Amino acid sequence: MNPVATPFFFYLLAGIMIIGGILVITRKNAVHSALALITTLLAQAAIYLMLYAPFVAGVQIILYAGGIMVLFLFVIMLINIERTQKERQFNKQWLVGIAAAAALGGLFIAVYTKGKTLFPEGRVSYEEVQNTQGVATLLFDRHAGVYMFAFEIASLLLLVAIIGAVVMAKKRI
Amino acid sequence: MHEFIQQYIVSYLKSKDLTPGGAGNVFWATVYILLVFVGLSIAVIAMNWLERKILAHMQVRLGPMRVGPHGLLQPIADAIKLLLKEDIMPAEADAAIFWVAPFMVVLAAFTVFVVVPFGPTHAITDMNIGILFMLGVSSLSVLGIVMAGWASNSHYPLIGALRSSAQMVSYEVAMGLAVVSVIIMTSLNTEGIGTLSMIGIVQAQMAQGTWFIFKFFPLGLIGFFIFAVAMVAETNRAPFDLPEAESELTAGFHTEYSGFRWSLFFLAEYSAMIAVSSIAVTLWLGGWLRPFPNLLHGAIWELVFSLFPGVTFVLLGAMCFYNVARMPKHPLFKIQTMGLAAFGAVLALIGLVLFVPGVRERVGDIFWFAAKVAGFMYLYIWYRGTFPRYRFDQLMKVGWKILLPMGLALLILTAAAGFLEAPVKEWLSRVL
Repeated sequence: MNPVATPFFFYLLAGIMIIGGILVITRKNAVHSALALITTLLAQAAIYLMLYAPFVAGVQIILYAGGIMVLFLFVIMLINIERTQKERQFNKQWLVGIAAAAALGGLFIAVYTKGKTLFPEGRVSYEEVQNTQGVATLLFDRHAGVYMFAFEIASLLLLVAIIGAVVMAKKRI
Repeated sequence: MHEFIQQYIVSYLKSKDLTPGGAGNVFWATVYILLVFVGLSIAVIAMNWLERKILAHMQVRLGPMRVGPHGLLQPIADAIKLLLKEDIMPAEADAAIFWVAPFMVVLAAFTVFVVVPFGPTHAITDMNIGILFMLGVSSLSVLGIVMAGWASNSHYPLIGALRSSAQMVSYEVAMGLAVVSVIIMTSLNTEGIGTLSMIGIVQAQMAQGTWFIFKFFPLGLIGFFIFAVAMVAETNRAPFDLPEAESELTAGFHTEYSGFRWSLFFLAEYSAMIAVSSIAVTLWLGGWLRPFPNLLHGAIWELVFSLFPGVTFVLLGAMCFYNVARMPKHPLFKIQTMGLAAFGAVLALIGLVLFVPGVRERVGDIFWFAAKVAGFMYLYIWYRGTFPRYRFDQLMKVGWKILLPMGLALLILTAAAGFLEAPVKEWLSRVL
């Protein structure tokens, strides 16, 4: 099997993602932002494919690009765009912004410099054919399934978001 | 260099059980992509003509009769008309998104055919995540529809786009549950490992000796029913054609489009119909497998079934000749009569070619796949001719309150049936 994970593709996709990300926050029109975000998510799916994780890539396209972003667009289209375009785009929270950026940047630098000691040496890699089974084993298997708890906790987070949305939308519960 | 290329092309033909994508052969993959593209375009043209004709006959009309014999050249005339039409863009439209939207829809509709298995080797490629890929990429077409509706900056398209996105997102859920029940069925083998690959799903049906529509009767049938309803809603066709309801929204999300761009929406709609039909055929109706392989097996039946493609084409040719005899004998109809005779001759010739042993072994699988998909295409036209349109609240009710609970129950029951199958069989064999 010839590897498709050449640096060229990585830089191409990473470039698309970064440009998309910048467009998301700089466009005044919310629909344009959402479309830029879709581009970013699709490029991310391609990066998963490059890492021989086709299942994750497929789920990324179905859930994010196909499902969640459609709902985003659905909501944005109901908003009065003319009014939002006149509103201030950035709310000048420089201090918090710098602190958050520094923290994230520090994390990246730490991973880049000390990554070899922070993460286990041997990368778990499946043949492309067994990738989906590999994901299932790590999630559901009686012995090897170590990520079940983390997975369920993450879904609890979504439940909290749903309850929050209901509380905010309904005046009387 | 020349020899290397020759070697490269021939090497794929020697491997009998690989798709071009599986063999990593770029040349044959390109050839297959072109073949699928041409085949799809012909299918869309044929579908255009058939839909008008069949709808007309259902309503006791004649349908197109003027352009060519029995209106056979009508789709071509329409295509030329659409290409020559002025391409209008509303002044207030969001130009960039208005431009991109039709291409997005077409791209999503055509890309899914990369994994459609027309036969064990007749697919562009076989992906490990085939069915996920098909569902994911076809769900991207709703983005194109939403973009088109919003960018038109007009009321009817916006309402159409909103309806379309709500509808497609709701029915995708029920559709996904029906698909998962099939994937559970594929895992009922000795290793207990299922598959998401389209070719793998058909091979699982072959190995288990039954199409999944008949598996765990009536569970497979219910799953098929859920998918069959959801796929009509997913492609925005009658009786779920609210996004383009003519009586309410003019033409829905593509009201502001004209000419070539409108024809792209048309092309995408029909190829999306073919795509979801081929998912249904692959998952429940045995894909490329011929009917009754258990009941009617043996060398003689194999031969009989392998003659079907040729017989079909010869019969179509014979039908043309029958209509040649029935054409009016007026001199003005001379050219039309000759044209129809030539068309019939071409069809009969194709039929004769399909009788050649080498050819008929290779096209049998494609024929059965296409025949099953054609059945679904007829159903689409039949629905449109007979069902009244749903109201939007009824549509949502069907999606969320009927299909979704049914899908959930189906998923649990299928899993239980799969789990209990082996113990119950063992118990029965001990008792009896």
